[in-house]
Amino acid sequence: MELYQMTIHELHEKLLNKEVSAKDVTESVFSRIEGVEDGVKSYLTITKEVALEQARQVDEKIAAGEKVGPLAGIPTAIKDVMCTQGIRTTCGSKILDNFIPVYTSTAVQNLFDEGIVMTGKTNMDEFAMGSSTENSGFFPTRNPWDLERVPGGSSGGSAAAVAADEAIFSLGSDTGGSIRQPASLCGIVGMKPTYGLVSRYGLVAFASSLDQIGPFTKDVTDCAIVLNHLVGHDPMDSTSVKIDRPDYTKSLVDDLKGIRIGIPKELMAEGIDPEVKKVVENALEIFSKNGALVAETSLPNLEYGLSAYYIIAPAEASSNLARFDGVRYGYRVPDPDDLMDMYMRTRAEGFGDEVKRRIMLGTYALSAGYYEAYYGKAQKVRTLIVRDFNKAFEEFDVLVSPTSPTVAFKIGEKIANPLQMYLSDICTIPVNLAGLPGISVPCGTVNGLPVGLQIIGRALGEEAILKVAYSFEQNFGWNEKPKLEIRY
Amino acid sequence: MAISEKEVKHVAWLARLDLTDAETQKFTQQLDVILEHAGKISELDVKDIPPTSHAIPLKNVLREDKVGECLTPEAALSNAPKGEDQAFMVPRIV
Amino acid sequence: MEYESVIGLEIHVELATKSKMFCKCSTVFGEAPNTQTCPVCLGLPGSLPVANEKAVEYVIKSGLALGCDINLYSLFHRKNYFYPDMPKDYQISQYDQPLCINGLIDLDMGDYQTRIGITRIHLEEDTGKLIHVGGAGRIAGAEYSLVDFNRAGVPLMEIVSEPDIRTPEEAKAYAQKLRAILQSLGVSDVSMEKGSMRVDANVSIRPKGSAEFGTKAELKNLNSFRSLQRALAYEIERQTKALNEGRPEDIVQETRHWDEAKGITSTLRTKEYAHDYRYFPDPDLVPMEFTSDYVEYLRAQLPELPDERKQRFMREYGLPVHEANLLTESKAMGDFFEETVKLYKGDPKAVANWMLGDMSYYLNTEGLEIDETAVTPKHLAELLKLMDKGVISGKIAKEIFPEMFETGKLPQVIVEEKGMTQISNEEEIAKIIDLVLEENASTVEEYRAGKDKAFGFLVGQAMRLTKGRGNPQLINRLLREKLQE
Repeated sequence: MELYQMTIHELHEKLLNKEVSAKDVTESVFSRIEGVEDGVKSYLTITKEVALEQARQVDEKIAAGEKVGPLAGIPTAIKDVMCTQGIRTTCGSKILDNFIPVYTSTAVQNLFDEGIVMTGKTNMDEFAMGSSTENSGFFPTRNPWDLERVPGGSSGGSAAAVAADEAIFSLGSDTGGSIRQPASLCGIVGMKPTYGLVSRYGLVAFASSLDQIGPFTKDVTDCAIVLNHLVGHDPMDSTSVKIDRPDYTKSLVDDLKGIRIGIPKELMAEGIDPEVKKVVENALEIFSKNGALVAETSLPNLEYGLSAYYIIAPAEASSNLARFDGVRYGYRVPDPDDLMDMYMRTRAEGFGDEVKRRIMLGTYALSAGYYEAYYGKAQKVRTLIVRDFNKAFEEFDVLVSPTSPTVAFKIGEKIANPLQMYLSDICTIPVNLAGLPGISVPCGTVNGLPVGLQIIGRALGEEAILKVAYSFEQNFGWNEKPKLEIRY
Repeated sequence: MAISEKEVKHVAWLARLDLTDAETQKFTQQLDVILEHAGKISELDVKDIPPTSHAIPLKNVLREDKVGECLTPEAALSNAPKGEDQAFMVPRIV
Repeated sequence: MEYESVIGLEIHVELATKSKMFCKCSTVFGEAPNTQTCPVCLGLPGSLPVANEKAVEYVIKSGLALGCDINLYSLFHRKNYFYPDMPKDYQISQYDQPLCINGLIDLDMGDYQTRIGITRIHLEEDTGKLIHVGGAGRIAGAEYSLVDFNRAGVPLMEIVSEPDIRTPEEAKAYAQKLRAILQSLGVSDVSMEKGSMRVDANVSIRPKGSAEFGTKAELKNLNSFRSLQRALAYEIERQTKALNEGRPEDIVQETRHWDEAKGITSTLRTKEYAHDYRYFPDPDLVPMEFTSDYVEYLRAQLPELPDERKQRFMREYGLPVHEANLLTESKAMGDFFEETVKLYKGDPKAVANWMLGDMSYYLNTEGLEIDETAVTPKHLAELLKLMDKGVISGKIAKEIFPEMFETGKLPQVIVEEKGMTQISNEEEIAKIIDLVLEENASTVEEYRAGKDKAFGFLVGQAMRLTKGRGNPQLINRLLREKLQE
């Protein structure tokens, strides 16, 4: 087994035992990147020099007998939506092609402080808007399971990097499913924590009330380990929650007895591919066999979730993305006639179609005469969805559903039909609207393509979903990997 | 139609996006389909329902009035497309 | 037809916090461009705002001092519009749930009293500063513009009045009183010159007695209380003339620029667009909820406000209402008065007379505030003491007054340097009087013939010969004695 194939917890042990050095691990991952990146295209920027320097520092520490944490020396890919000081951060957009941040986001800084080795910044749908990574302003990322297919999105690069062993773990951001859906399509673990649990400071905003950073990992154990170092109150983020962070690895217990699992019928209804549904139903049997109580439940207002989301998220985005105006950073059209001309053409040339659609949608939903009918009403629908979840959680400890209604689709298949693309997130969006934690774990394949199982918890209920996910993983025993051709 | 070409033009202007006529046409069709779908919420009676801005209810997050470090002007202007005299330069406003 | 004017003021005040509204950058005024910025106030991607508690406290205190109701639940909204001085291309402001609503300011206009309503007070962030290059520094005609973000994000309080103001004088009195109140609270340095107090005026006219509003103009570039009053007077006259001369089309809803040098308002030539600010609650910030205990706690901390001070000045120092009004017009004047009275220990009315007479004349001519001069209460107190002791005459006191202001020298020092001490030596004065009687024999005759006025002339001659330094009481007494001989 190659080092690049291993998990965080496996590598950590080897590093502590001095079986391998951080340099060995880093070089192994970079050899893998060199082998497969041409086909997968996970990265927008590869930071090999930074990585080797970080690895050297970790090795020095270990050699000096200093204590290092479980993430020290672990090659990590960062979604290109998180600011990294001195390292180009594009958000997948031409408008930020040459943008070099002057500060590092809190979440990434926390990991730097733990000694991670940053392999690079990963590709994404422009400004995290999309479900396939085809909206990247640079190039699409491909699904390591089938290079003709999408890895999902918007954090497609981060998901593909981990699935293709081009990083041991990675960070993504999730506004409507952007971690869980690509995790599902790439056959790995992806988690969106409770809104407010991970600082958003330095995460370039798409929809501020929905965005949340989370990890992609190869297994649930790694997910708990990363979470231990991502979660924490940040005084720079007004929406950051103050809690005593639990040790999430303590939730890694294989015990489903008496756990009440609800299956929202609206998330197993039409719109879910029948093959996917079958795989999920099989997975559910693992739960009942191991002593969990599985029953159907209902979230009646869920059908309005997608509508509410496609008003709220674009509304916030239209305002968040106003700052890309060519004045202080980013692209500026050459030789503008005047200020207005500069604004109009800079933004027209800098943004891609999907970003423009959402900006216009959001501008419309907030504009005079439409606010109440759209934005005002969507915020109220959001209340109904929160209430639905609260009610379900009176009866159940966790809720389970497919993560994505389909397996990975072909590149180009949905790009011409925005609404069709939006429907990819039908199972994940309500979780963001309610600010809840959700995890996607692999639960089988359809035609050789992975299917993900979404486990949803109460607000701040990360421990419960980690326990259920871990137990599922242990009992399901899935270990398929994509077969990638090495092309040097 | 949920939205007209005229409205799309106006919205694009509010958002400072220069659109060609072909783009206006294309976006109008696409936005119309999306808004049609989004319009589904109009079916719901939400008269007495309070709005939710944040799913996690927090309040009074305020900071102490303390001065911290600033960026150097070089750092502040490091990404500026155009600058002069330690300031950001913009083309004539009117 | 007789018209009345309807005026409403929107006043922006920068709060005197140490750090900015949503970040830790310093708020110090006048630093080199872009030296006081950070990712937050530059609107860099990914940065987030966290509200300054002091700024919130200052606004609530201002609201309480202005008789407002405090909204116990208050929100920040985003006001969306593109402009290069605004880093995020939206301004964090307040919309339908501002911190304070329904306040008032009572004005004592001398011959009548009036009450001006305050619609709302809200908290927002200031914008950066634009420097226009070419075209004489005006926006129209400039080749390009430069942006300095030092001011961006400084906490700004906007106080919106009801359209209750009827005259330019009331507008000025309202703004001055507001300034005095905020000064006493210490929430801002409220300087129109430095731009920490900015006044925009909305003005329209209507037939007297009508309840409807006319078309209003918004006046900008009102950089002093004087220009506020002048600009309003001009604009009211312009509108009245337009109606009287049958040109109602000359009055359109627009922003007009006050030109202080020319003394006129003119259409502000910018590209005017119909704004659609698309307000919505800022998702990066969370609601503010206050208990009434907290509000009462802040109320209990309020210092003495100008109206209370005025009453006390009348009561404690026996000042007439007019004097008390003027001395409480600014915090600095009131403080100066009280400090001087304390040091002088003499008649407070004498202090008031000097302050409202020579001192105010000097300040007005020089366009200075009392705390911007070298003169302290000690100067005035000493000056008054020197007069009381007969060391100098009132006339001399008036003479050395400007020098005291310009140099900051104590009156005693000036008097000694210039040898201006009063002549109180009886022999010396007697000699001078003899001289006067000798030179003005005919006037002496007139006096003796019963023409009382002649006495004054003789006193004047004596003063002239002493170059104003003669002790007037002594001259009076000796002259009378000599004339009766």
